[in-house]
Amino acid sequence: MFEVFGIPSQALFGQLLLGLINGSFYALLSLGLAVIFGMLNIINFTHGAQYMMGAFAAFLLLRYAGIGYWPALVIVPIIVGATGVVVERLFLRRIQKLDHLYGLILTFGLALIIEGLFRNYYGSSGQPYGVPESLQGGRNLGFMFLPNYRAWVIAFSLVVCFATWFAIERTRLGSYLRAATENPALVRAFGINVPRMVTLTYGFGVGLAGLAGVMAAPIYNVSPQMGSDIIIVVFAVVVIGGMGSIMGAIITGFALGIVEGLTKVFFPEASNTVIFVIMIIVLLIRPAGLFGRSA
Amino acid sequence: MATLANAATTPARRETAWSLAIAGAALVIFLIAAPFVLYPVFIMKALCFALFACAFNLLIGYVGLVSFGHALYFGWAGYLAAHAAKVWGVAPEFAVLIGTVTGMGLGLIAGVVAIRRQGIYFAMITLALAQMMYLVALRVKMTGGEDGIQGVPRGRLFGAFDLGNEMTMYAFVAVVALAAFFLIYRIINSPFGEVLKAIRENEQRAVSLGYKTDDYKLVAFVLSATLAGLAGSVKALVFQLASLTDVHWTMSGEVVLMTLVGGLGTIFGPIVGAFLIVAMENYLAPFGQWVLVIQGAVFVICVLSFRRGIIGELAARLRVRL
Amino acid sequence: MRLAASLAFAAAALIGTAAQAEDINVKLGVLSDMSSLYADIGGPGSVVAAKMAVEDFNPAAHGIKVEIVSADHQNKPDVGSSIARQWFDVDHVDAILDVPTSSVALAVSDVAREKNKVFLISGAASSDLTGPKCSPNSVHWTYDTWMLAHGTGGALVKTGGDRWFFLTADYAFGHALERDTTSVVQAAGGKVLGAVDHPLNTQDFSSFLLQAQASKAKVIGLANAGGDTINSIKQGAEFGITAGGQQFAGLLVFVTDVQALGLKTAQGLVLTETWYWDMNDANRAWTKRWQAERQGKFPSMVQAGVYSATLHYLKAVAALKSAADGKAVVNQMKAIPTDDPLFGKGYIRTDGRKIHPAYLFQVKKPEESKYPGDNYTLRATIPAEEAFRPIKDDNCPMVTN
Repeated sequence: MFEVFGIPSQALFGQLLLGLINGSFYALLSLGLAVIFGMLNIINFTHGAQYMMGAFAAFLLLRYAGIGYWPALVIVPIIVGATGVVVERLFLRRIQKLDHLYGLILTFGLALIIEGLFRNYYGSSGQPYGVPESLQGGRNLGFMFLPNYRAWVIAFSLVVCFATWFAIERTRLGSYLRAATENPALVRAFGINVPRMVTLTYGFGVGLAGLAGVMAAPIYNVSPQMGSDIIIVVFAVVVIGGMGSIMGAIITGFALGIVEGLTKVFFPEASNTVIFVIMIIVLLIRPAGLFGRSA
Repeated sequence: MATLANAATTPARRETAWSLAIAGAALVIFLIAAPFVLYPVFIMKALCFALFACAFNLLIGYVGLVSFGHALYFGWAGYLAAHAAKVWGVAPEFAVLIGTVTGMGLGLIAGVVAIRRQGIYFAMITLALAQMMYLVALRVKMTGGEDGIQGVPRGRLFGAFDLGNEMTMYAFVAVVALAAFFLIYRIINSPFGEVLKAIRENEQRAVSLGYKTDDYKLVAFVLSATLAGLAGSVKALVFQLASLTDVHWTMSGEVVLMTLVGGLGTIFGPIVGAFLIVAMENYLAPFGQWVLVIQGAVFVICVLSFRRGIIGELAARLRVRL
Repeated sequence: MRLAASLAFAAAALIGTAAQAEDINVKLGVLSDMSSLYADIGGPGSVVAAKMAVEDFNPAAHGIKVEIVSADHQNKPDVGSSIARQWFDVDHVDAILDVPTSSVALAVSDVAREKNKVFLISGAASSDLTGPKCSPNSVHWTYDTWMLAHGTGGALVKTGGDRWFFLTADYAFGHALERDTTSVVQAAGGKVLGAVDHPLNTQDFSSFLLQAQASKAKVIGLANAGGDTINSIKQGAEFGITAGGQQFAGLLVFVTDVQALGLKTAQGLVLTETWYWDMNDANRAWTKRWQAERQGKFPSMVQAGVYSATLHYLKAVAALKSAADGKAVVNQMKAIPTDDPLFGKGYIRTDGRKIHPAYLFQVKKPEESKYPGDNYTLRATIPAEEAFRPIKDDNCPMVTN
């Protein structure tokens, strides 16, 4: 048991690991937001509510259809993504030509509606959702007790993030997407159905939020306000990473989770605000974000 | 940015200010008669929010800057005013003054940081700053955390008027609000205001004409924050309470809602919007969380098909300025 | 013909109003958390409880007409105090009931005193409500932080839990609970190794729990309630807190929280309540009636307290034949001893504290539970005289003379 700057290593590594876990959620969620903004220039304030819907969908599937965690991991993102498609078709398409900020206001309104409906129906106390059997328990790592499920969260988020980055930056489909955002008319002229790609991309981004929701269900309280609690932090992450940069969102998500964890050890009062302070500094020095391209 | 402002422009010339005069007179008459018909505390609440919304509108409707963190000035001014009245025991006029100055100071700091960037980045910075100060309010002893600052004394205005009397307090609030609305009107219709509108229409052109646009934007930002602070301080005295709700980001969202519903870039729009939203929340209070759903629905409807807001639509149809 | 008809109408109306003039109109307002973390502890269930009390009282027989309204204070003092103000000023509400969340209760108590109305507190916990913030217009029913601290805290210290670490909800209630429990622990010779504050309605307790683990305290005192307590315990199970030899002290746990946690996670938890649905036949019968409107849920002591308080209030109003003077009604309530099917016999002290026995429960293991809602074993009964803070320790301005 050694000490680092006067803090026992146990506390330090424990909080670092927790930070990495939080960072996984930040990364997953900011990835969805970055995909949506980068590809579609839409600021999706509804992301938090869609994350919440993912957690609730997992809960409902278990409660009413007996469908457990593992199938839910696949089914729920599809369901939530589908709702995203509906939202894009019904609402976002109409305001495409308007200023970004109307999109923000609209998606903010949608978030309120969704949260309000769930609150009305389910109250706020939160629903029980257990950790799946195969991931229960944990290991004693010496410096802390690491629950298996939380280790799984880190591993799976890394896989999903990397897979998404690869799909967008290194595959042909991804290149169509990137081209479509830069010059939709030209891409359309090549015979590619741009509106459909837009819709599907939004659906994919939303599906990522739903996936994060399923992963959160066993460890965070499944309650209607879980989305609004996390959304602003995720926005800060995306802004720091650079809106539109996929890799930026991923790296920043994990990094900020770790930074938050470190702050909790050395300077706990500031742990909530440190991400915002970093955001302000980054915006002043590099407005496009750490990894972003200037718009 | 131009797209956001376009919603606000109405085709009218400076000379047709008669519509404004009529609307203004109607407002004054309403405020004189209302407390005998409606619950005075309700009207006072609506007036505070109307002032808050008008302050916000100064920024979004006339300069074209969207601040998503205006609750920062509103709420913290309320905290300082409440603290001054309760702990330092100052008279109400000084409590309000202290709160307003707080709004101004915070506006200056936030403005210097935020004005550097435009559009969505500006909005995100304001949101982040407000969220940061919310988290500070959560921790700092002075604000009382979840409990807030309770039991704030209303005191005697100028040593003579007992603000504990509901009608006296109402008169104070109404006078302050009307004075502030008039001040905003004068700001908008001054040469300074014209430059602001020019910046909103086309900042590049304003720069090429030699105006230091950043300075103008900063001044407008600070003015907006100061007036928001005024609204917050008065509200703290009306309710004798300053709490976390006033610094939370949902409060920033509410003021956007009020201004949007009432009409961006109109003088009376935010006032009407504030009254409407406050009334709606009052009416729906027994229905719990439907308030959230309905607010969300109003946002969505407004953005999709009602971007000019109530007064904006009215002004456009009648082809006057409101 | 027309004249006769209108005369007949007039006569009927006069007789009608004459009969009505005898009726005292009483309006009760149930102000609670209808939608957030305390909604199951109070919320709509409290409204049902109030309605049941009105039914059982049979107001018509006493010449009283009772109307009940309700609203959601959303756990925010500004929302709560403005609803209270409006209710008292505009809507002619005579008494406000329930109000979980101590910060809201403190604000509403001030308003009730200012307007000389009545405030019957069932949900809020802070013992300051009968201490420095006591009021001649308020009665603190069901429970408070002192009782919880001495009940649960005292019991745990006696069984060897002498080193504590607190996880505290950062508002009036949490601080009061931590303060009251700290004094119990220290008085019994124990030590408080540390404490950490968390905001109300926290989602993720992992970093706080890690600190609690690192402190090596024997008992981790949860000075929070509702969803926060549930989360702390749930996530604590994940991090192997109990497996590591530390014990959770749920300083304020309701039967609804145990339902939400499930017996597997909550088993062994020691807690103090003043009413449990399954303790006797009267409680069970009442619960069945209550469940007709709240399917699938079990009533908490807070909701039972609302029922009990409403009954007693109406008795006082009937005796005085008026609900107008809040102070007078509360004085009357203190003058008559209380007696209702749920709390039995008791009384209200000068400081506004309702006195009744408290019970120490332990949560059953899953295999011990025979039917839904069978959650508790009774471990001890704390007699009424010992359950609450002695009046001399109150610091209540009304009493110090």
